[in-house]
Amino acid sequence: MNSAVSSRTPLALELCGLSKTFKLGGGMLHKSQTLTAVNNVSLRVPRGQVMGLVGESGCGKSTLAKILLGLTPPSAGDVLINGKAIVNANQKALARHIQPIFQDPYSSLNPRQRIAQIVGLPLRIHAIGTPKEQAAKVDEMLELVGLPKRAAQQYPGQMSGGQRQRVAIARALIMRPDLVICDEPTSALDVSVQAQILNLLLDLKEEFGLTYLFISHDLAVVEHLADRLAVMYLGRIVEEGTREQIFTSPRHPYTQALLASALTPEPGLGVPDIGLGAGQPDPTQPPSGCAFHPRCPMAQPECAQQAPSLSAIAQSTAPGTSQGTYQDNPARVACHFA
Amino acid sequence: MSNPSSAERSTAPASPLLTVKQLRVDLPIAKGTLHAVRGIDFHVERGEMLCLVGESGCGKSMTSLALMGLLPRKAQVNADCLNFDGVDLLTVSERERSNLRGARMAMIFQEPMTALNPAYTLGNQLCEALRRHQRVSRKAAHDRALYLLERVGISAAEERMRQYPHQLSGGLRQRVMIAMALMCEPDLIIADEPTTALDVTIQAQILHLLRDLQQEFGTAVIFITHDLGVVARIADRVAVMYAGEVIETASAQSLFQAPSHPYTQGLLRCIPTPGKTLPGSRLQAIPGVVPNLVEKVDGCAFCNRCDQADALCHTTPPLQTVADRHLSRCHFAHQLSNPAQLNTQEVTL
Amino acid sequence: MAHTLSPPVAAEQHLVGSWQSRFLRSTLNNRSLAIGLLIITTLGVVALLAPWLAPHAPYLQDTANRMVPPIWHETGSWTHPLGTDRLGRDYLSRLIYGSRISLFIGLVVALISGLIGTTLGVLAGYFGGRVDAVVSYLLTTRLAMPVVLVALAMASLMGGSMLSVTLLLGLLLWDRFAVVARSATQQLRDAEYVQAAQALGCPLPYILLREVLPNIAGALIVVATLEVANAILLEATLSFLGMGVQPPSPSWGLMIAEGKAYMFFQPWVITIPGSALFILVLAINLLGDGLRDLSAPGGRNE
Repeated sequence: MNSAVSSRTPLALELCGLSKTFKLGGGMLHKSQTLTAVNNVSLRVPRGQVMGLVGESGCGKSTLAKILLGLTPPSAGDVLINGKAIVNANQKALARHIQPIFQDPYSSLNPRQRIAQIVGLPLRIHAIGTPKEQAAKVDEMLELVGLPKRAAQQYPGQMSGGQRQRVAIARALIMRPDLVICDEPTSALDVSVQAQILNLLLDLKEEFGLTYLFISHDLAVVEHLADRLAVMYLGRIVEEGTREQIFTSPRHPYTQALLASALTPEPGLGVPDIGLGAGQPDPTQPPSGCAFHPRCPMAQPECAQQAPSLSAIAQSTAPGTSQGTYQDNPARVACHFA
Repeated sequence: MSNPSSAERSTAPASPLLTVKQLRVDLPIAKGTLHAVRGIDFHVERGEMLCLVGESGCGKSMTSLALMGLLPRKAQVNADCLNFDGVDLLTVSERERSNLRGARMAMIFQEPMTALNPAYTLGNQLCEALRRHQRVSRKAAHDRALYLLERVGISAAEERMRQYPHQLSGGLRQRVMIAMALMCEPDLIIADEPTTALDVTIQAQILHLLRDLQQEFGTAVIFITHDLGVVARIADRVAVMYAGEVIETASAQSLFQAPSHPYTQGLLRCIPTPGKTLPGSRLQAIPGVVPNLVEKVDGCAFCNRCDQADALCHTTPPLQTVADRHLSRCHFAHQLSNPAQLNTQEVTL
Repeated sequence: MAHTLSPPVAAEQHLVGSWQSRFLRSTLNNRSLAIGLLIITTLGVVALLAPWLAPHAPYLQDTANRMVPPIWHETGSWTHPLGTDRLGRDYLSRLIYGSRISLFIGLVVALISGLIGTTLGVLAGYFGGRVDAVVSYLLTTRLAMPVVLVALAMASLMGGSMLSVTLLLGLLLWDRFAVVARSATQQLRDAEYVQAAQALGCPLPYILLREVLPNIAGALIVVATLEVANAILLEATLSFLGMGVQPPSPSWGLMIAEGKAYMFFQPWVITIPGSALFILVLAINLLGDGLRDLSAPGGRNE
């Protein structure tokens, strides 16, 4: 699929300068700390594609997901879904367009409700159809995600992780949203179950023309699923591009380290020394200038002074794509030396 | 880049460090008995890295707890042979067991936060780990702790010794756990998913460190994980577990190049591998679910999910030798081990 | 692509099936639950059928037969199996009618305080921030009060009666509900199914009543049983001190108070209502223990 974006490609999702800061602690005797979870994030996700969002703990991807779902308001910036701003929109209206699939199948379903109630909840809240029609829709969804009919009367406690995740998918898709936020949907599952769920996600995307924002730390899974990729570090996007661009020629040192850390099942290659320092990023005390410089193998004095901006890579095209098609949304990287 | 040491050692005159034969672990639960481990055989040579790999419920954690003697009292552990360097772990007294633990067999757990005592400083815990087992002076223990902290890559070690676990990040805590495990120079370290809870870049660093240390100190390591990528990169030998049994054992090279059990093959096929699996294609998933181990399992535990199964599979498959030190518990192991049968989805651009 | 559903995961057994079938199964497995339930149900039936079960009217004075000892003394008789009090009223009848007072007050007080405490606790746990600060302040204030003294003081202002006791205790005993509801809600607040409900646009009352409340109900029921016992004891205390239910009502606490003077030579006047109180409160605590075992995930560990 041609994952390049031209100015004519309809965008399912557009983030413009999105930021979110939290105030932590603080009392009568000491000042509160500010935590900038999301820092000036801009992103464009074309309709019908899978945008992978990759990053480790503390990078802000979960906060970003919450903002998109309307669960927390951003401190600055805009979010546009199908061209419409959602920042102060009614939660119910928003819910028709964007739904989540969460990571933990064991806590994403209410243990006291039956599956039919859980999957049918969106229809009841939004008063879609008569009870009979709702029940029919629930049965239809359960079949689509590969669960038998009798699952409808069961409780989540009777199901395995993979089955619960299927229920979560059924619940997310029953209202046919445009955009699905997949927040590490397979990270808590066994590998053999993960394959089943990934296949299901791909099938449903084709069938319903969905757009996914796929958040994960597992690069192999993201490489398999995503058309485009964005890499986050301490609240900022440090690199963005198509799957081929990122995986064949990563520019940012953090992206390179991430790729090197993804251990493929090939014996004899050993564990590479990825060359980052022993420190771990602390979102409450971000480094000055480029947030990555304390760990960066290429760091120079100016990296500590000025944060690089996310700018387009202006140079010769990657093999296999013509210059014209991706000039409108080229790969971007935030590094002084990329 | 650290070089993986070869599993083909020229001679192995010494007996294995750890020999396990027909280990069984049964856990009484509300609805009956859970047969968590159903008769497994494996051994660990001195200085070797054995990876125990399997998905949830396969019994790998139970195995490690049984070896360390850390299972709850109501669990029943039986084996034909459970021998650690001449010590029979089945008949040894609790006191001797406790002396072994930490001194000659050490364990690293998955959650460093819960494995370290939050009420004591790191230095205190590290020194105690040594002084519990050996008569050394406080200064000597302190020096060894400093040395090991630096060796595991923790800078400003002297200052860290005075800190408490909650002041460190997850990656640093896990390094401290490794240092603590090494305090008494154990012969065997059992690491139960030590990097699963860590970020990917931190995991790579910890694995790199573990491999270096293992080769430097000559410690044998049983590394338990569900991640086949990790296994491929660090293991000398691999034992694959499914439904409470070891279904395949081999050197890392041999296992990944010629997997000889349908489950191993199925696992390798369903992992998306950049460069091997075509992006956007359907992965070859393993159908069905793991059998319930509370009930008796007759014959091969995998047969209800296996595309090679036939009537023969209702009898327990014997352990077959398909290559040098490569064993597989499948009636059709020899046919499967032919590399030409392996179905990797090559990408042609 | 249909899959056979795997059998229930072992650890989740206690959540399988409707709450009725789970309750039945657990009752038969759990001794303290069974005993507690048996005693309380018996007392409940006795209280309900009091007019038919009591041999005499509880207020009927018979000065000719004052201070008749119970059946196990030489001078006792079956006319008054548990003897009579200083006014010749039959003790057994008064005991039976007294159970109504205890149970009624216990249940109504638990209901009122439960409503107040749960509401405050859930709101504090769910919203955090300022709401939590306000509720915590109220809670701290309430915990700083000596309950009996405050109840006494208020009762003396309002005058003792069944209504005033019930209202008073209901307004005072909500603290444990609030504490438990608050911490249980805090644990659930970030559960993904709550986030999923929010993401669906579920209105707030729905989330609190249908997503949060059923999942904290287990802990709250345990608290409720303990508060019933607490309320019964407090009512007995207040009545003993003269500020609760007024004579001639057969409240067990009042019966103890009236028998104070005869404590040493006719001890049954105190020991009988005292034992009844003891058994009732014990049964309620057993029930609470049993329920706590039920709601603990995975049950008791050996």
